[in-house]
Amino acid sequence: MNRPIRRALLAALFALLLAACGQVTPMDSFAPAGPEAHRILNLSTPVFIIAGVIFLLVEAAIVFAVWKFRDRGDDLEPTQIHGNTRLELLWTIIPALILAGVAIPTVKAVIDLTTRPGDGMEVKVTGHQWWFEFQYPNHDITTANVLVIPVGTPVDLEMTSADVVHSFWVPRLAGKRDVIPGQTTYLKLQADEIGEYWGQCAEFCGLGHANMRIRVQVVSQEDFDAWVADQRQPAVEPANGTPAAAGKDLFLNKGCTSCHVIDGVSDTAQAAAPNLTHIASRDVIAGASLNFTEDDLKAWLANPPAMKPGSYMPNLHLSSDDIDSLIAYLEALK
Amino acid sequence: MTPIATGGVLRRRIPATGFWSWVTTVDHKRIAKLYGYTGFIFFIVGGLEALLIRLQLARPENAFITPAEYNSLFTMHGTTMIFLVVMPLAAAFMNYLLPLMLGARDVAFPRLNALGYWFFLGGGIVLYSSYILATAGAPAGGFLPETISRLGSAANGGWFMYPPNSGAQFSPGSVIDFWLVGIALAGVGSLVSSVNLLTTIFNLRAPGMSLMKMPVFAWMSMVVNFLLLFSIPIITVAIFMLIFDRQFGTAFFEASGGGDPVLYQHLFWLFGHPEVYILILPAMGIVSEVLPVFSRKPLFGYAAVVFAGIAIGFLGFGVWAHHMFASGIGPITQAAFGLSTMTIAIPTGVKVFNWIATMWGGKLRFTAPMLFAIGFVAMFTIGGLSGVTHSIVPADWQQTDTYYVVAHFHYVLFGGSMFGIFAGLYYWFPKLTGRMYRERLAKYHFWLMFIGFNMTFGPMHYLGLMGMARRTYTYPAGIGLEFWNMISTIGAFLIASSVLLFMANWINSRRRGAPAPIDPWDARTLEWSIPSPPPEYNFGEVPTVRSLDDFWHQKYDEDDLGRVTRRPDADAHIAELTEKHLHPEHRPHLPSPSAFPPLAGLSALGFAFGLLYHATPVGLGLIALGVVGLFASFLSWAREPLEENA
Repeated sequence: MNRPIRRALLAALFALLLAACGQVTPMDSFAPAGPEAHRILNLSTPVFIIAGVIFLLVEAAIVFAVWKFRDRGDDLEPTQIHGNTRLELLWTIIPALILAGVAIPTVKAVIDLTTRPGDGMEVKVTGHQWWFEFQYPNHDITTANVLVIPVGTPVDLEMTSADVVHSFWVPRLAGKRDVIPGQTTYLKLQADEIGEYWGQCAEFCGLGHANMRIRVQVVSQEDFDAWVADQRQPAVEPANGTPAAAGKDLFLNKGCTSCHVIDGVSDTAQAAAPNLTHIASRDVIAGASLNFTEDDLKAWLANPPAMKPGSYMPNLHLSSDDIDSLIAYLEALK
Repeated sequence: MTPIATGGVLRRRIPATGFWSWVTTVDHKRIAKLYGYTGFIFFIVGGLEALLIRLQLARPENAFITPAEYNSLFTMHGTTMIFLVVMPLAAAFMNYLLPLMLGARDVAFPRLNALGYWFFLGGGIVLYSSYILATAGAPAGGFLPETISRLGSAANGGWFMYPPNSGAQFSPGSVIDFWLVGIALAGVGSLVSSVNLLTTIFNLRAPGMSLMKMPVFAWMSMVVNFLLLFSIPIITVAIFMLIFDRQFGTAFFEASGGGDPVLYQHLFWLFGHPEVYILILPAMGIVSEVLPVFSRKPLFGYAAVVFAGIAIGFLGFGVWAHHMFASGIGPITQAAFGLSTMTIAIPTGVKVFNWIATMWGGKLRFTAPMLFAIGFVAMFTIGGLSGVTHSIVPADWQQTDTYYVVAHFHYVLFGGSMFGIFAGLYYWFPKLTGRMYRERLAKYHFWLMFIGFNMTFGPMHYLGLMGMARRTYTYPAGIGLEFWNMISTIGAFLIASSVLLFMANWINSRRRGAPAPIDPWDARTLEWSIPSPPPEYNFGEVPTVRSLDDFWHQKYDEDDLGRVTRRPDADAHIAELTEKHLHPEHRPHLPSPSAFPPLAGLSALGFAFGLLYHATPVGLGLIALGVVGLFASFLSWAREPLEENA
């Protein structure tokens, strides 16, 4: 079944989908962009259709009964029917058969989609309150908020949490998988179209849960290789006397180094916060809830907990000059 | 208001009316009213919480309330609606109706019955006192943008209260403790109530009423109380383990200490899924009573409906992990629980089809209870079908923890449970009050609620599939979520206005409604064979039952082809019944009111607060007082003479 037809059927099913037709939103689970998400949609579409047909039949039967058997004010008493074994068996067995038919592909999909180890590119995911950290063990890269992957390449996420239970969910690429402290969970995904995909932590994890978002950037293999090469570069060293150099001094002296790693600048941090070595290569900050723009950076540095409630990054009461310098430094960290 | 001075060992004053008569009552009908009114007050509170949630979500990136307030609101909304609304309202129906339907003068253990209510009330008080007494805190090292207001000073871990987020490290402050202690206390109430109602069902049926001659509501109550009996201990265990983790440094659920956070999830849902059936089965029972009466036909396939209910109860214990399909529990577990979840659809389908078949060929009268019952069948079907889509495990990986799930369970718990409860409230209103409600106003209530309900929760299916996660206080603009969120918020206010219509009708009709006859609906079950409202002793003479729907057969003759004729002496028979029940030959003996259940409840409440302040001298004092009070209450209870005038 091709996508327009499927979309039309689902629209009829909910009557609500109409509003979204013709426009793919970033977290639309009906717009899969990889084999895992496709598999899920292909499995659930017939179920939605069957459920939709049963829904229509049942509701039609109710409406028909309500109309046909309404009290018309005559004196006739209805026949007292206490049941009908044959009918009751029928509506026990038919649903059972339908479910059995649905069960087989379901079990098969569960097993296929959870089989591991996969043969994909390995990325370690660590959930933190309230941001996701991504480590590429084969490339020696640590980054945050934005997961960069090459198009058409299977990726195996190996996930754990540094604090509470989170859940990794990028609907256009795969279903959810919880991220649990003390355990490792796995998720396979692959993107077949270049572009940006949005995700969201899907297990309630405290104050910043709503702001714990994910961006997946899917790029060509060449772009990915270039990105890897860039990420493996040491942090950019700002030239003396520039605002960026002033920003670096502030970074070293305002306590930022206790949590944030910048390779070669602050290697001793506990890594409780995103690695900033190449922060300017990412287009989002603060759990992907803000953009890497001057306005958002200013607002963020002026009062992080106001921008992302619960934030572990305190309000450092920076002057606006200090903020400008820090932004200059961060923008230099390409 | 005249207290009756009595003799006896303890020599007590027993008021028949007024405040103390309600506190000391052991009459199942009065206890039912206590459950009902308390539950309804909490329904309003939980509804106001929902309205605040919907106002916040009306627009993207809204700042109507703070995230801390939002987290408390959705936690308390869910907790309230489940533990303090649907459960007590179901308890109200079971308490009121079981003795009347079974032909009994009261429940098996009237004082235990009262104790159940007082423990439930204590749980509710502990839970809501946190708005005044408790403190919420940001996790160590985290920072709040604002000091947390009182609106945010209640439990904020979600009704599922998963650790480690609900543990001491990430939820310092006492709001979680108030929640845990409150729910545990209310749970004890449900547990003693279940023992009492099960004994009532098994032991106090009128002569001749074999189990298969019981009304379906009694059957569904039996299943519900078995579910309570077996599932409440599980949540209690989970709660105590979590309390120990929080207060005493154990590590049952703490990975760094060798514990397992997923263990809690298993325990919670091993309770939590049967709980879903605890919430829906009473409504199924109500609907199974209402549909036949207003279709003027017996329930289609009584045995099938009964066994389907039992099957749902059994299967309900075998599907809990479907709440955890995303938690990485392994392919075999996921497949197995996906299959067991699918099987629940079979008995549920049987019920829906049998209800429709009950209407089929009938003579339908669209009174308010009938409208709500039909609404139940129509809306519950939607919730049931979306439930089946959850059993498709990989599909659930997309659906779980999104608004699709929020839509699903509101179709079950609002379109199902609450519609069923409203059907029951209108249906038994004449019996309860001796007056008729205003039919037209009640129909406006139904239609307004029906439209508002579908506007509120229908779009959530779509929102969830478009990627809107649950329990998020905000959502980004421009990703297609704005329009339907606004519709949903408008719908919520339609629901709220329909509830106002209901309240106006209830308050007004209670005093000024037309007097209700003994059997206004020409109904089928025994409670309609006694006066409205029933005398304190229910039955002046305990009836002898010959068949299912015995009261109907007292009024109607049915031949082999199912043709019915009203017996010529039916009206005379009802008049005779009225006389017999109003002026019995021998005034039945009834248990005396007792002050010990409320005293035990009060002691338990003191003990609960003592636990919450166990690190202070006041807390230790309260614990001591609570223990002594409980012991003294139970001892006196055991020594209390059964009948004061004997």
